[in-house]
Amino acid sequence: MSDTVQFADIAARGYAQPEVLVSTEWVAQNLTNPNVRIVESNEDSLLYPSGHIPGAVQVDWALDLNDPIRRDYLDRAAFEQLMARIGVTRDTTVVFYGDKSNWWACYAFWVFQLFGHTHAKVMDGGRLKWEKEKRSLTREMPKHAITSYGAAERDDARIRAFRDEVLSHIRAHKKLVDVRSPQEFTGERTHMPEYPQEGVLRGGHIPGARNVPWARAANPDDGTFKDAAALRGIYEGEVGLAPGDDIIAYCRIGERSSHTWFVLTYLLGYRNVRNYDGSWTEWGNAVGMPIERP
Amino acid sequence: MSEGVEALPAALASVVGEFESVDRGLRAEMLIEYADQFQEVPADVATRPWPESARAPRCESDAYVFATDQPDGRLKLWFAVENPQGLSAKAWAVLLDETLSGQPLEQVARVPHDVVFKIFGRDLSMGKGQGLLGMLEVVQHEARRRLERARRSD
Repeated sequence: MSDTVQFADIAARGYAQPEVLVSTEWVAQNLTNPNVRIVESNEDSLLYPSGHIPGAVQVDWALDLNDPIRRDYLDRAAFEQLMARIGVTRDTTVVFYGDKSNWWACYAFWVFQLFGHTHAKVMDGGRLKWEKEKRSLTREMPKHAITSYGAAERDDARIRAFRDEVLSHIRAHKKLVDVRSPQEFTGERTHMPEYPQEGVLRGGHIPGARNVPWARAANPDDGTFKDAAALRGIYEGEVGLAPGDDIIAYCRIGERSSHTWFVLTYLLGYRNVRNYDGSWTEWGNAVGMPIERP
Repeated sequence: MSEGVEALPAALASVVGEFESVDRGLRAEMLIEYADQFQEVPADVATRPWPESARAPRCESDAYVFATDQPDGRLKLWFAVENPQGLSAKAWAVLLDETLSGQPLEQVARVPHDVVFKIFGRDLSMGKGQGLLGMLEVVQHEARRRLERARRSD
């Protein structure tokens, strides 16, 4: 792997851990690297079958990352099966990319971190940048040899927050970032009545939360992450976060907030950021939870 | 055929029937085929910048919906989708045109919103579902607007 290619532009942006990002060029040069597995995760389930980076496998947020019965993530055994199916060993570097400025790629990345797969990176710019550069896509499904993967037990304590922890968090007046749209934050928008999965009974936000829509961390033209100075301007200048803060991010089901978790943790070097994946669909439906509305 | 399908415009009922029995993989293939047929609204109907009044609410793929009148007073639908990766929006645009253009306005106005989930599947993300519903809402708004105009002129 060429560090020059990997870090040329990314290193200049001032990130705390620039090595967590790779460029589209780096991916293009590592398509056949047996130690690298490219993983596509999208919101739009039609994108991967319509064409993907050659050799890339799909990790589907709905099918692959969730327990099929309980509202929870997959367990160790299911994670091991997933990794075996996509041909990943504990030493494989997994590079995530996807649509919507890597929103879902960061979600998959976050779930992988629950199992401690630290050989993980995100392709800066995601699918949008790859396509804009007119790099090759294929509809051919990759055939990777099945591997044997021994996962650690899922560790929720470090980067995942649960409802009662959020309650304690707000009672201690610690920092919360609500990464939903301003309309969701104010309670103006809750959900569509017909929507089967993510409906919510109450609108508003968790008391004390500051609203920073997740997409502000990305450049809309090519999906790349903004540089560290711009990110600090948003998260520190505008809403007063600091690298040493104990921070919980949330959205509606924990996917958009995983993007913000990624930005704060890896790009700005914050040490104590957790993602509350129960998010508003749990908080806004639970009995007796405190809610703030303007 | 599931409950409520018989009340749909015939072409839409037929499409819903086709999607009801397919698995996830085949559903995706079928939708991609529809998306591949997408053609942007022609310049003699609308040009950029698209008017905000045509924007589908909540659609993250920036879909725009246009309607012109056919000689019989029914709608001809046209679409623009600004997000080049908005495959679902493009597929839905093609399906809406194929199944609702030329159909009785009353039927278009009454299409139940759950057809989105019958065609795209129940595991559609909320953001995607909202955007696709937003496209249908604009189509139905255009149908209702014409029905109201016809009532006033009676």
